[in-house]
Amino acid sequence: MGWYRRLMLRIALTVAVALVAAPAGAQPIEAQFWHAMGGRLGEVVQELVDRFNESQDQYRITAVFRGNYAETMTAAIAAYRARNHPHIVQVFEVGTQTMLMSGAVYPVYQLMADQGYQIDWDDFVPPVLSYYSTAEGNLYSMPFNSSTPILYYNKTAFAQAGLDPERPPQTWQEVEEFSRKLLAAGAAECGFTIGWPSWTMIESTRAWHGLPFATYENGYTSLDTELLINDAFTVDHIARLAAWQGERIFRYGGRGGDAEPLFINGQCAMMIQSSAAQGGFRNAINRFEWGTAMLPHYGGEYPKVNSLIGGATLWVLAGKPEREYAAVAAFLKFLSEPEQQAYWHKETGYVPISRSAQALLEEEGYLDANPDQRTAYSQLTYSPPRPETRGLRLGNFVQIRDVIEEELENIFRGQKNAKQGLDDAVRRSNQLLREFAALYQ
Amino acid sequence: MPPGRGRSALVAWEAPGPPAGPLLNPLCTDLAVFWEVCRVGRAVFKNRWLPYALVLPQILITLVFFFWPAFQSLRLSVLRVSPFGDRVFFVGLRNFQQLLASTEYLISVVNTVVFTLGVTLVTLIVSLVAALLANQKIGGQSLYRTALLVPYGIAPPVAGVVWLFLFHPAYGIVQYALSFFTDWELNWYVNGAVAMTLVILTSAWTHLGYDIAFYLAGLKLIPQELLEAASVDGATPLQRLFYVTLPLLSPITFFLVVMNMIYALFDTFGVIHAITRGGPGTATETLVYKAYKDGFLAMNLGSSSAQSVILMLLAVVFTWLQFRFTERRVSY
Repeated sequence: MGWYRRLMLRIALTVAVALVAAPAGAQPIEAQFWHAMGGRLGEVVQELVDRFNESQDQYRITAVFRGNYAETMTAAIAAYRARNHPHIVQVFEVGTQTMLMSGAVYPVYQLMADQGYQIDWDDFVPPVLSYYSTAEGNLYSMPFNSSTPILYYNKTAFAQAGLDPERPPQTWQEVEEFSRKLLAAGAAECGFTIGWPSWTMIESTRAWHGLPFATYENGYTSLDTELLINDAFTVDHIARLAAWQGERIFRYGGRGGDAEPLFINGQCAMMIQSSAAQGGFRNAINRFEWGTAMLPHYGGEYPKVNSLIGGATLWVLAGKPEREYAAVAAFLKFLSEPEQQAYWHKETGYVPISRSAQALLEEEGYLDANPDQRTAYSQLTYSPPRPETRGLRLGNFVQIRDVIEEELENIFRGQKNAKQGLDDAVRRSNQLLREFAALYQ
Repeated sequence: MPPGRGRSALVAWEAPGPPAGPLLNPLCTDLAVFWEVCRVGRAVFKNRWLPYALVLPQILITLVFFFWPAFQSLRLSVLRVSPFGDRVFFVGLRNFQQLLASTEYLISVVNTVVFTLGVTLVTLIVSLVAALLANQKIGGQSLYRTALLVPYGIAPPVAGVVWLFLFHPAYGIVQYALSFFTDWELNWYVNGAVAMTLVILTSAWTHLGYDIAFYLAGLKLIPQELLEAASVDGATPLQRLFYVTLPLLSPITFFLVVMNMIYALFDTFGVIHAITRGGPGTATETLVYKAYKDGFLAMNLGSSSAQSVILMLLAVVFTWLQFRFTERRVSY
């Protein structure tokens, strides 16, 4: 061969060897993480992912925002059916039963054990653990962003109405009384509004008063569970809300976070919403001072127990190559470290899920400087959870919540009274529960 | 392509025989300029397989993106599946039975009827008025026409978001303006009729351009002599409108009624999803929206597919209606 051909051959060989040899050593193991955190929350998630990727070079996580909770879950399920799914997916609490029964999940307790990580499961806050564990106490998904409903109130409006800005209402009677004063003084156009109607006004309110949501310990011990929400307690409560609309004590502003503008622009002086809304409120509210308080309680014969978890956890999906789960386990371990949980909490308002994270925040003096951040944690740990209040384990819960919120809207717009609406909600929900059970008998 | 000419290696052009046009297309007598339609010839391919090869890409696309999903829908409509697909049961027609017996489905049918009628009427009337106005000989005529046609180019969800920003109870500009005049709150979170009106108006607004374009074309075809004869006979402008213009526009009106109903029934998902998402309660839940909710939010693929099958039958009925009556119910 001529000299030219030899040179070309040598170059080609070198390149080929380099291409083959390089990946074998230097390529980090990749894993995909689908989440539903948009806006500011999404930025903080990306910050955590970047921190993890930069802290080591063996593993690399790619985080993708897939829309809201329902859209993310639907996308993950569709991807799983096409065998093109991510390793980690963030699923909201109402999807728990669907994920548990799916056979598509790699339980977190098993993953961590298989990968050789020692996790102190008792360090996790009890209501968070109990929501996502089986009856045997094995944790199936990794807690990440847990929230609970709390009361936000406009301190400036309170002062304007002659109320003590450091004394938020503690009972529903006080909510009514304070609202009337606020309206009379012209400090607000409505007393209070709510977000996530089913979660705040029915699920959490019942647990806060020690009442079950459904039979068989809220569905934990049998698929034959039925709803209990059309009893006197909830019917009274919802009827009161509907009646308060006339006097503008209560104003309904939509599901999820749709009613937040009403509080942010000062129209409603109080709002019962997820503790996770704090981050957004801090960014958006600059015209008045605001504070937080625990959920109002009726008092009387009802004890104060605990409110329910909302938010989501991280589920690991099965069916991926074995070596990639090392990256998944390392990332989950990273997220549960007290430092990361403390950062996540400071930026968002989601509850620190472990006692050591809470202790770190106390140590740093952060909670003394920001006492509002204690509210959610205190409410979750107020009393040890009972079987009726440790969580909800219902199939087709996404649809059930939709049904309940639909019927609540029918009640709020005057089409049905509270008893009718809640009876219909229970009837339709029980049908959905029977359909789910039929799939898995 | 002129007859008798145009010979290439692949295709020869046969001179057209007697015009096949008018039997196939009633517009031929009016739109003689489109002679390709009316005096159509035939292309003759020298290679037997070439025509099939040329249409193959389109057929493949139709098969993959239309027939295959439709078949899956038919298949899923007789099954009950778990969300992850691990449990599959054959249930025959039970999905259909449950649907037709459920109050929620009946509500969505009623909503759809109200919504379709509303959108069709509003679109037709407003676009007719707009076309009549834009047809006058005034300065800036082409500017007005462009402005009237532009909303049609906006994607429906975008139009929905624009109207959401106008009419939102908390931060909507209209609500803010109204607050200076009245105490009444435009809160469609608690008022189903307002929510339905809002989505009807938004859907109609998005589709106006389509109707206006057809009406403008139709108005141009009305012979001036007829209108002049009518005014010589002493007809007022209104009488000219009702006795001359509208009857001559009736083929287009009929066509547009069908097209608007098809649009309202099948193409309005984006608008509803952007504004009310079927709410409050079930006030704006149309058939299409309910099929989406049951399939994608509730993961009940069996029931959702059953609803899709029913919608498909509805589309078949409409298509049949359109073909059957295109040549008849028109007056010249």
